[in-house]
Amino acid sequence: MREQSKYLEGVDKKDLFASGHRACGGCGQALAARLVADAAGENTIACVATGCLEVFSGPYPDPSWRIPFLHSLFENASAVASGVDAAYKALKKGPVNIIAHGGDGSTADIGFQSISGMFERGHNVLYVCYDNEAYMNTGVQRSSFTPYGARTSTTPTGNTTRKKNMPMLAADHGIPYVATATVDDFRDLQLKIRKALTIEGPKYIHILAPCPLGWGHHGELTVEICRLAKDTGLFPVYEIIDGKVTNVRKIPVKVPVEEYLKPQGRFKHLFKKGVPTKEVDVIQEIANQNIERFNL
Amino acid sequence: MLKQIEGSHAVAHVVAQCRPNVISAYPITPQTHIVEELAEIVGAGQLDAEFVNVESEFSAASVVLGASAAGARAYTATSSQGLLLMSEVIYCIAGMRLPIVMTCANRAISAPLSIWNDQQDSMAVRDAGWIQLHAEDNQEASDLHVQAFKIAERTFLPVMVCMDGFILTHAFEPVDIPEQKEVDDFLPTFKPRHIVDPRWPRGIGLFADPRFYMETRYILHRALEKSEETIKEVSSEFAKTFGRESGGFIKAYKLEEADVVVISMGSVVGTIKELIDQLEEEGKKVGLLQICSYRPFPRHEVYRALKDKMNIVVLEKCISLGRGGILASDVRWSFPRAEKKDRDISSFVAGLGGRNISIDDLRYMVEKVEKEPVEFEFLGLKEELIAEKDM
Repeated sequence: MREQSKYLEGVDKKDLFASGHRACGGCGQALAARLVADAAGENTIACVATGCLEVFSGPYPDPSWRIPFLHSLFENASAVASGVDAAYKALKKGPVNIIAHGGDGSTADIGFQSISGMFERGHNVLYVCYDNEAYMNTGVQRSSFTPYGARTSTTPTGNTTRKKNMPMLAADHGIPYVATATVDDFRDLQLKIRKALTIEGPKYIHILAPCPLGWGHHGELTVEICRLAKDTGLFPVYEIIDGKVTNVRKIPVKVPVEEYLKPQGRFKHLFKKGVPTKEVDVIQEIANQNIERFNL
Repeated sequence: MLKQIEGSHAVAHVVAQCRPNVISAYPITPQTHIVEELAEIVGAGQLDAEFVNVESEFSAASVVLGASAAGARAYTATSSQGLLLMSEVIYCIAGMRLPIVMTCANRAISAPLSIWNDQQDSMAVRDAGWIQLHAEDNQEASDLHVQAFKIAERTFLPVMVCMDGFILTHAFEPVDIPEQKEVDDFLPTFKPRHIVDPRWPRGIGLFADPRFYMETRYILHRALEKSEETIKEVSSEFAKTFGRESGGFIKAYKLEEADVVVISMGSVVGTIKELIDQLEEEGKKVGLLQICSYRPFPRHEVYRALKDKMNIVVLEKCISLGRGGILASDVRWSFPRAEKKDRDISSFVAGLGGRNISIDDLRYMVEKVEKEPVEFEFLGLKEELIAEKDM
């Protein structure tokens, strides 16, 4: 108990994203959304894309949000948030935190045009992407965030492409703040949310949010999986402030990718009788490249 | 004050007088001149609004959705492919009861690509839950926008003002642009009903499972039916304030004595009236019933106006492929089943993709239905371009 309370030190817990929602046990996105809502506080408007988050937190008549919540479609959270921003400016209301929430599909695939427009126009909106590396709401289909080798229902023999690098694409729009985070480090995640909300203009925070159902790991391992994603180098955690990569999280002890892959059903086919196939080498190479690129 | 002005610019000036807080803009022919002129007006400091240059019509509609949900009076304009790209958002805006006003500069739909006028675009979203008003000329197009904001904000239904692309948008005509004060007196400040505001946290756009969804459709349908009263009220308030008739549900021209009645909507009614006058001189009694509000459809008005008329012809610039006339279906449905048997309702489609509808075409149509009813016909087809093997 003592250890847990120390872990939660400095973590905002306002219950603005109420419990009792319909997410699966161990859902990384539900945990992340709660941390985001509590860090942002009451003076916030959530513009949520269609997807798991909207479905488990926004059914009529019992939504989980204790802050204003606006949902319309899958691919337009950024544009809707742009409209809210424009309205607040025009009506001379605010200041208010406007946060657009989307999964990886609604961010980087179907909603890519919309988010790019929102960044480029310079709206005062924080976009939070919950990255669970596939279309989970419709039953685990491949997205452009699905990592190399992962099995999804539309890549049954393993994905053959590498993950789209959304944080860098966001940064290349010239927006003032980009960060990555994971749900194993509550303080870091909330710090980045709070920091982003002090900055005028478009912001992008990319949160790795494991999906026990889609990734095939036990719900209680969600936090541990995030730690392994970071310590293998597969998910670098950093900030990009005014175009410069900074505050990179150093890996304390480097871990081979096998340890990250093995607890997850989606990578099971990469091991034949416990022996890694050559795809694992490719994934290790991806991790090595990240370690080198970001000096992890 | 009467001003010789392009239709698009007249609309832009009148929209600006309605003081929208947020305007989203994306270019598409033949709508573009409207948002260009609005950009000039905002740029010149004559209108205090957020002008958002978006990256697609999809976002144009999404931006006004967000702005309206946050309490702003919001406006955008589009045409054709743009409206189709928006269509997902169009349904949402109505379902969320956001009183947005949008101009549709009517244009044909691809393929083949055509930038010219017909009314297939607004027809493609006729079932989305928007009020759709059709302008006859640029005076009416301008007037309808002033009315549209009032109707939308009274009913919490979005309003699409349809005006024929090029024929109206690019035509220079004298238009009476009202004084700002007159518009301010006519159009009260927007009082939103449900907005996203941290002071009153609420969810807008929750999802509805089968226990709740159907009632939302019923309520929206009834709200559209009930908006009939508001459309009429606002039209007569407009006439009282501005001293001219514009909008409303239906309009009639030389209808009472008519042996043949033409039903249509949009700018083509001007040519039809011209023909009616010519035929009158030749001793023929032809009348016009003009549909101003296409949605909600003025079913009862159409019936009341035409219950004694036995020879009716519907002329429209759109088609339900594989079925036929769309407006004709609506008109046929307006008569009680028991009465239908002796009445001839002919259906003509014309002017698709900007094909000119000449007075001779219309004369041919009227003379043809005088002889016998026409179930369905394309008016003004070039037979020489059609080969049997292509069909």
